[in-house]
Amino acid sequence: MKQLVVLSGKGGTGKTVVTAAFAYLASRGQRPSGAVCVDADVDAANLELLVGRRRTEEHEFVGASLAEVDPGLCIGCEICLDVCRFGAVRLADDGWSYQVDALACEGCASCFHQCPVEAIRLVPQLAGYWYRSESYDGAPFFHARLRPGQENSGKLVTLIKEQALSAATDGGYPLMIVDGPPGIACPAIAASTGADVGLIVAEPTAAGLQDLERAVAMAAYFQLRSVVCVNKSDLHEAGSRAIQDRCRALGVDVLSPIPFDEAVPRTMAEGRPVTELSPDSPASRSLVRLWKDVREVLADTN
Amino acid sequence: MRVAVASGKGGTGKTTLAVGLAVSLASEGADEPGGGHGPPPLLLDCDVEAPDARVFLRPEIERSVAASVSVPEVHHDRCTLCGDCVEVCAYHALAVLGGQVRLFAELCHGCGSCTLVCPTGAITETSREVGCLELGSGAGVQLAQGILNIGEAMPVPVIRQLKDWARPGPGQVMILDAPPGTSCPMVETVRGSDFVILVTEPTPFGLHDLALAVDVLKELKLPAGIVVNRDGSAYLEMERFCADQGLPILLRIPFERAIAEGIAKGGTLVDVHPEYAALLRQTMASITEIVAGASAAASSTAAASRQTAGGPGHDWRGS
Repeated sequence: MKQLVVLSGKGGTGKTVVTAAFAYLASRGQRPSGAVCVDADVDAANLELLVGRRRTEEHEFVGASLAEVDPGLCIGCEICLDVCRFGAVRLADDGWSYQVDALACEGCASCFHQCPVEAIRLVPQLAGYWYRSESYDGAPFFHARLRPGQENSGKLVTLIKEQALSAATDGGYPLMIVDGPPGIACPAIAASTGADVGLIVAEPTAAGLQDLERAVAMAAYFQLRSVVCVNKSDLHEAGSRAIQDRCRALGVDVLSPIPFDEAVPRTMAEGRPVTELSPDSPASRSLVRLWKDVREVLADTN
Repeated sequence: MRVAVASGKGGTGKTTLAVGLAVSLASEGADEPGGGHGPPPLLLDCDVEAPDARVFLRPEIERSVAASVSVPEVHHDRCTLCGDCVEVCAYHALAVLGGQVRLFAELCHGCGSCTLVCPTGAITETSREVGCLELGSGAGVQLAQGILNIGEAMPVPVIRQLKDWARPGPGQVMILDAPPGTSCPMVETVRGSDFVILVTEPTPFGLHDLALAVDVLKELKLPAGIVVNRDGSAYLEMERFCADQGLPILLRIPFERAIAEGIAKGGTLVDVHPEYAALLRQTMASITEIVAGASAAASSTAAASRQTAGGPGHDWRGS
């Protein structure tokens, strides 16, 4: 089984639009084989809006255990305040006992271990939910919702990818497509782990170019083969050329571009992939070419 | 005053707006005799994974320091392999392997718990560089940015150090450009702000992620307002959401090819349409008013609750 992760350094370049188009083409395009999809952008999960047909399972995600002070036991010694490196310990309203700000606490438990009167306990946190759904033709689709302000998005990404992997194996699917989060840190790294190919969706802007370079560097750091696709390529021709030149210099292949096409926002608003609702639009025809390119690259990896 | 610019969804135009606000404040009074007044605005680029404000401001970097995290260093001559450090590490960054305590540095949050519990003083701390902080000026704006090293997983320490390192001077307006999302890096950025601008686009994706960001700000009890970017066809559900939540719409930036092209080339909103300088200053002025109104309301609420025990709670919106 092959794993494709769709990445971008910059947010809003079109990762989810591309992933949704691929999910549709994997089931209904030429030579359909089906694919298991994962939405790894767990703090702003949008793929369900385009490819989710039916939720079949819902599970709680228990994240880190955070510290909680029992005000009845606290003696106000301030040791917890001294040892906390995350500024999470605060004076309580009573003016002498201490309490922990759950949004600042990183769950290190240092205060728990140092409290001389055992006034601190560690409380497991409900950090979010994860779901198994069905996309096209019953293909399994895994996604999640991290509760706002939570840590451990990387852990949640790893968890749903593990679920997706076993579903892909059980169902005999040859491909897993992971819609990654923006950025290059923890959740993006977790989304990329184990992938065969990283498709980096770039936009032809000055900011897009430098973020693309950082995404390519991140992939290289983790020895992930990356390829690039320029979205809205005709919006700024000079920007598109700059990306192509830079990728050539970096030795990264640039696949078929996607032109700016108002069919994309229109079909998004209708909650379906552009390849499904407007198969003859310029964007869809380009996405079909891109899908072919990507499958060739995937076939080329071992 | 500290104003953070955030959004749930990526690519909605946070940096476009943050840079636009900063350059418009910088140009205030510049065309009057005697030039501008007051200190230049300070823009903090807290999107340390994709720091893009520099693309538009083209700053000259004047100062640069390393951003680092504390990590334990185990002195094997004093280590008795008791395993206490391994046991207390909540991040599984320490393990006994091959008869030695070993560190997996990229998992370490630098909490110092292992150092504190080691009974033989075999652990000291050393610093590990994970990025850098830079301060410079461009387009009349002071820019402070954090840059996370490639391959590093944790942006939060870099953001925290950036906020600590580049503090605004007296009377200096600070604008913080947040990373996308609603998890720890976004929270770390907006924490301590007087006001948060949420930039959104009038689409179902935009609304979905806006609602998540609004939830975070409620939990943090931070007042917020909305800037609608790429505004065009009225998206009634979003208008209704903002009205229901009592979120003021501070500015609408139209969906316009000239703006998209200008930004793509590395220009600012003010470069594309000079009249945005006045519009953005107006946006800032209305935020200042909301913040001033909120603090006046808070002090009168406090006075009221002193008189009547258990008075009304503080309204997170600050209205």
